[in-house]
Amino acid sequence: MQDQPTSAELVGAVADFIRTHAMPQLEGHAAFHARVAANALDIVKRELEIAPEANAGEHDRLKALLGADGSLDDLNRELCTRIQAGELTLDTEGLKDHLWATTLAKLAVDQPKYSGYRRALEEENAEK
Amino acid sequence: MSDRNNDFTASLSEAVRRHIEGATGVDGLQRLSGGASQETWAFDATTSKGTPLPLILRRAPGGTRAEKTTAVALETEAVLIELAEKAGVPVPTVRHVLTPEDGVGQGFIMNRLTGETIARKILRDEEYAEARPKLARQCGEILARLHSIDKAKLPALRVAAAGEEIRQYHATLREHGHPHPVFELAFRWLEDNLPAGDTELTLVHGDFRNGNLMIGPDGVRGVLDWELAHIGDPMEDLGWICVNSWRFGNIDKPVGGFGTREDMFAGYEAVSGQSVDPERVKFWEVLGTLKWGIMCTSMVTAFKSGLDPSVERATIGRRSSETEIDLLRLLAPRS
Repeated sequence: MQDQPTSAELVGAVADFIRTHAMPQLEGHAAFHARVAANALDIVKRELEIAPEANAGEHDRLKALLGADGSLDDLNRELCTRIQAGELTLDTEGLKDHLWATTLAKLAVDQPKYSGYRRALEEENAEK
Repeated sequence: MSDRNNDFTASLSEAVRRHIEGATGVDGLQRLSGGASQETWAFDATTSKGTPLPLILRRAPGGTRAEKTTAVALETEAVLIELAEKAGVPVPTVRHVLTPEDGVGQGFIMNRLTGETIARKILRDEEYAEARPKLARQCGEILARLHSIDKAKLPALRVAAAGEEIRQYHATLREHGHPHPVFELAFRWLEDNLPAGDTELTLVHGDFRNGNLMIGPDGVRGVLDWELAHIGDPMEDLGWICVNSWRFGNIDKPVGGFGTREDMFAGYEAVSGQSVDPERVKFWEVLGTLKWGIMCTSMVTAFKSGLDPSVERATIGRRSSETEIDLLRLLAPRS
């Protein structure tokens, strides 16, 4: 077990430094790339916070869906093979829910402001 | 470097004097964009009458451009723009196609249009408020004209109907190697929903979207970026402009973030006299969404290989998930 602060907090502090201190002193291309760099750190921070639980859930669903065991990477490859072969389809119990849950978790890390993601969350909330 | 720049400016001035009527030289030469193999420059031709002529140079300094095997040569691009202009498509007029004697590389000189190509400005700025409601219909009309160009007059182009596009992009995804179950689901859907093969293939622009259109307060002024042109299903162009990535946040305006499919189809039907099958357009929107997702994913290869180690290139890989949620909303809606 590592000491405090957490890795997510460290990454957040660096992103904050870039935005509030470094970026205002840069111009043109350098300022643009600094913003891209801060956004990349935001992705890392969200992944550190969200991915452990999301990956565990994805792993459990894959084992149930495929009736097989293996690494997250192995099982995702197996899922691809079976979808391609037509053995698993949207009519297969659990596939649609699995793809939605996995994709929503990816977007929560990668691009939580994306229009398609925000709309999907609105639709989810409207149904509740 | 400065010697080479001086040579370039001198050769361009000479080419402009020789081939563009009334031109006396070159002023304000400025590089706009481009990769290692292909460049775009803006400049003014000075004239004997005093009024400068705003121009654009598109060139491959070393000759051919090797960045993408699917891209057409610049000479071909020039021929397509000329044919499009004759068919009534708004384009910047081509003024001169470079020859080896010009010593400027391969490429062409065309008029520089005024207007805006940055999608977010087109969708938000007050200046384009009156143009926005007209754009979808105009896009339909323009595409109908573009697709009407006589195939016998076209230069040699890649032929890629739906089946071929699917094979090509599936190969690219496999080459990349990372597993994407949602992409496999989309491939499966596309193979199961291939449009009937009875449609006549036409010239397809290949990248007709918000961002590649020059827009003024009056509407579409120019169709740009012809490098992905090929022979294919004309509905490919109508589907591509509806891909959610090109709506830039305006998710409820499917055509480029500015208009409705109905308006675009009405414009297309009025000019072509042919009815548009919305299901066929949807097929191409799905394939377009998948293509963009695979392009984002492929960027990672250039990053990991060290070819382009920039943070910008690296983060594009984390945008392929945007297309996965779009594909799920298209193919597996939850309600």
